[in-house]
Parts: sequence; structure tokens; C-alpha cells
Amino acid sequence: MYGIDFNKLRFLVCDDNAHMRRILRTLLHSFGAREVYEAEDGATALEMYTHYVPDIVIVDWAMPIFDGIELTQMIRQPDSKGNPFAPIIMLTGHSEKRRVTVARDAGITEFLAKPISAKGLYQRILNVVVSPRPFIKTKNYFGPDRRRNTSNAYIGPERRGTREPDVIQQPSLLDKARAPG
Amino acid sequence: MQKEDTSELSIQAFADHHVITPPNRLRNAVRLVDEKNFEDPIACAEKALAGLSDEFSRWMAIERDRLVVAHAAILNNGFTPAARDELFRAAHDIKGDAATFGYPFAAAGAESLCRIIEHAPALDRVPAELIAYHINAIQAIVREHTAPGAETMAMEINRKLRLVADEYLAAVNQDRPEHLEAILAPSIAPTE
Repeated sequence: MYGIDFNKLRFLVCDDNAHMRRILRTLLHSFGAREVYEAEDGATALEMYTHYVPDIVIVDWAMPIFDGIELTQMIRQPDSKGNPFAPIIMLTGHSEKRRVTVARDAGITEFLAKPISAKGLYQRILNVVVSPRPFIKTKNYFGPDRRRNTSNAYIGPERRGTREPDVIQQPSLLDKARAPG
Repeated sequence: MQKEDTSELSIQAFADHHVITPPNRLRNAVRLVDEKNFEDPIACAEKALAGLSDEFSRWMAIERDRLVVAHAAILNNGFTPAARDELFRAAHDIKGDAATFGYPFAAAGAESLCRIIEHAPALDRVPAELIAYHINAIQAIVREHTAPGAETMAMEINRKLRLVADEYLAAVNQDRPEHLEAILAPSIAPTE
């Protein structure tokens, strides 16, 4: 079976509630994580994201200055100098369908509704480490593939075109790919 | 399909979208473990969380007091945007955290209050009693947490609060179908 060496992972936890940060820190440390950075608002989280380059971000939705959705949108900028691909786990008290859809469309990797459980958090981390999804870039979306399953039974129109392009330019991503290290 | 592979990331370019597979740098953290000698990380975490539980009643009291202060600010100054945000955040934090602290019924009462704040078209036209009942109920549920029969009482209070709140929200959102849909829709978010 697979396990995770949490001591090889760097986490950024972003939640304005100090009690929830303490709970998250306790859970992550007990999993074995050593590097857990904490931010209490979106602006501080973005600064810490750039500075510490975390492997996994755990973010609340409702926060001062800018919220977890705005933070996610700022991280998921394909042309940014930072890492736009880091897994983002949204941990929130919001659980309505509309909210889940908004989070997904902002580029969230995993969604976990509060109340938090050790099992739920561990499973989300295991998912992003062991089974990462490719990223999709369209005219109006950049983030993890929102299609988690493929269905051979689907008979509706394909929203993603499959026609071969003549030329596709991706200078910024190629630059990233060619950049050393 | 045009495919470009590099050592860093792979990009498959289609007519209207790109499929980008970034290098999985987290793979280094995956290891195969022997089931016999595997120390269950979830059990370790639950034990660690139990070690924190002595703090939970104090934390719950802090969250409750924050809600009461936010409500008092509204009673004194009305629904300013800042006051509205603080009341919502205080209720929303109780909704998310109270069950972890061992107060699931306080979470249910706070959820009902959050729905009012989110879906009422004009908060200053919401009957003041409706909001006050929620604040009082959450306080009572926290205060009487360990009293005999507290669970039954809390469930009944929450049932009635939610009934009244939903009736109100359904009535005032008749011409706002997106809110009506959200009010009636069940939660789909996984907690595990």
C-alpha cells in the first residue's frame, strides 16, 4: 500500500480562524509534516506562497482582504512567475452545490467541507500526491482537469474541440519548461 | 493534436484547449509501506486531535461571544457592510467549527443563520426577532451543552428555527430563482 512521507512536503494553511489553524497544524504535524506555514488572510497567504513555494495549499473560503477563491485565481495564473500548478485544497463551511461549482471553476484541486476530519484531510492529500490530475487551459479556465471520470456512455455534444490546430503558441509555458531547475 | 514533450512538463495542444501535465514533484513523497508495520496516520491524527479537546469548550465560548458581539453591533448601528460581514463570518465559523469542538447542534443553528444572511434580499428588512432567535438559540445550546436532555432540546430548537427561516426565505425569494434553488438544494460537498 501507499503511504506519504509528510516530512518531505511543505504546507501553507490559510484560514482567518486561529482555532481552525491550530487544528490543521495539529493534524498535519501528527501526519508527519514538519513544514507548515500559516496565513490568516488572502494577501499574507499570497506573499507566503511566493516566498515559501509550498507543495500543497489548504485554504478557507471566507477570509478578510481577499478570500480563498480570489487567492486561488491569483495562484492559477499560467503566466505568473510562481508555480501555478500547486494543489489547492479548499476546506470550508460552505457546502452548497453552487459554492462547490464556483470553487471548482476557480481552479481548486480538492474540496473538503467542514467539519474537518482527519480521514477527510488525509484522503485529499493522498489524492493530490498520488493521483494528480493534468491541467486544462482554455480561453476562460486554467486549473486541474474538472473531469474526474470519463464516460463511454456520453452521447451529447463535446464541449472541448478535438480538431487538430495549425499552430498553437504557448510561449510562457514553454519558457517555463525550458527554464533550468 | 499537437504534442510537445519536455523534461519539465508536457503540453498537448488542441484547437480550443491545452492539456498540460506538470511534473509531479510530490512523487518523491510517496512510498510503499508494509501493512504490518504501518502506523495509521489517521489514527495518529485523531489521537492528536483528542489531545486538543480540552481546549474545545473554551474555543466554543470564544466563537459564541464573537457572534454575540457581532449581533450587538448590528442592534446598535444597523446592517453596515462591515457589521454584516462580521456577523456572517462569526456564524459561518461556528457552522464550520462547532461540530469539531463537540457542539454539532450549535453548528446547525449557525447554518440556519448563515442562510438568512446569504439569501435575504435586504437584511434590514429581515424581522429582527428572526435573527435574535438564532443568536439566543446558539447561546442556549452552548450553555446547556451538558445538561440532561440537551440534545433533544437542541434538535427541536434547530428544527423550528430552520422551518421558520426557510419559510421566510422562500417567501422573500419568489422572484429570485437562483436563491430559491440554492435554498432548496441539498448539500453535495463531501466531508470525508
